[in-house]
Amino acid sequence: MCDICGCSESKSGHASHEGAGHGSEGSRGTTLAVHESLLAANDREAAHNREHFDAHGVLAVNLMSSPGSGKTSLLESTIDALGRRLRIAVIEGDLETENDARRIRAKGVPAVQITTGSACHLDARMVHHALHEIDLDAVDLLFIENVGNLVCPASFDLGQHRNVTLLSVTEGDDKPAKYPVMFRKSDLVLLSKSDLLDVLDDFDPEAATRHLRTLASQVPVLRVSARRPASLRGWIDWLEQEYQQRRALWRRTAVAL
Amino acid sequence: MHELALCQALIEAVEKIARREHASGVVSLTVTVGALSGVEPSLLARAFEIASASTLAQGARLLLEPTPVRVVCEDCGAQGEATIQRLLCASCGGGRVRVTAGDELHLSRIELERASTVPQCDAVPATGE
Repeated sequence: MCDICGCSESKSGHASHEGAGHGSEGSRGTTLAVHESLLAANDREAAHNREHFDAHGVLAVNLMSSPGSGKTSLLESTIDALGRRLRIAVIEGDLETENDARRIRAKGVPAVQITTGSACHLDARMVHHALHEIDLDAVDLLFIENVGNLVCPASFDLGQHRNVTLLSVTEGDDKPAKYPVMFRKSDLVLLSKSDLLDVLDDFDPEAATRHLRTLASQVPVLRVSARRPASLRGWIDWLEQEYQQRRALWRRTAVAL
Repeated sequence: MHELALCQALIEAVEKIARREHASGVVSLTVTVGALSGVEPSLLARAFEIASASTLAQGARLLLEPTPVRVVCEDCGAQGEATIQRLLCASCGGGRVRVTAGDELHLSRIELERASTVPQCDAVPATGE
């Protein structure tokens, strides 16, 4: 069977499909050349979200990872470390439950839960709806915690400025090779649960970095543990630096206007 | 499976074009799928059957055109093919490369069925048939 479109013809005979026509007898077909991205509608909504962020000088960070790699725990400890200096808000994406948003709210930070039902990723429209519930004038740094999934979220721009991917040391260090589309799009990779490296000898941080470099990615790779606040310094510095850059751009735009 | 969401977007685009062109149906559509687009062609084909039901695209043949990844090296200037697991410059092995092809995901051709009572639109850049 043809492995391109699933029809019963062989691959070599595939070109003959084109123009053969499957219309009814006597119908006149017309072939149009078009160039329409399947993501065009999402990209438009994402650009709209980004305009909102930029108008308010907000840095938006999209957090992605497999389920259970510690995104919410990292956010909790990030709020502890940075919450007094920057005003943080969080959009939580999950298939079901408000649990993660509750954990964030318990830290005194506004959180909006998006429950996607069966959808395996957030898209720009979902984020746009969630933004209606957030006062961006009162936010410096917005985290969007994507649905735990290393495949689907990679395809959908949400309007974020930066993508951060977590790879926990309880996973395989070859994840960047297995999920190249996502890791290639990351602006920062965090090796989470790094306190467990002391007891797990089968995760090699150097190998994880090597796999990432093979994807022609030069981005920083940092080890973090939500349980060890001192390990978060590089991550917090990165966030503050990104925020200051965003803020400087915002001030320049405001002056120009 | 995000392929279903992408198929729904595809069908919205196809229906918009078909209505604009006063087509009575869609014979075939061609989607260019880059190796780095994050889309699995076989899943896209399966999702299309589900998403196209009861739309103008129902029964249309979906042709998928896979495109390989191409990179250009910012250091040595070499251009060439790469794989999704190895995006380094094939010539100098450097990592400062720009992907020039292979991450696209777009509708590239659509073959429409004409309703016999509706005259053809002159503005259509027809390429065949």
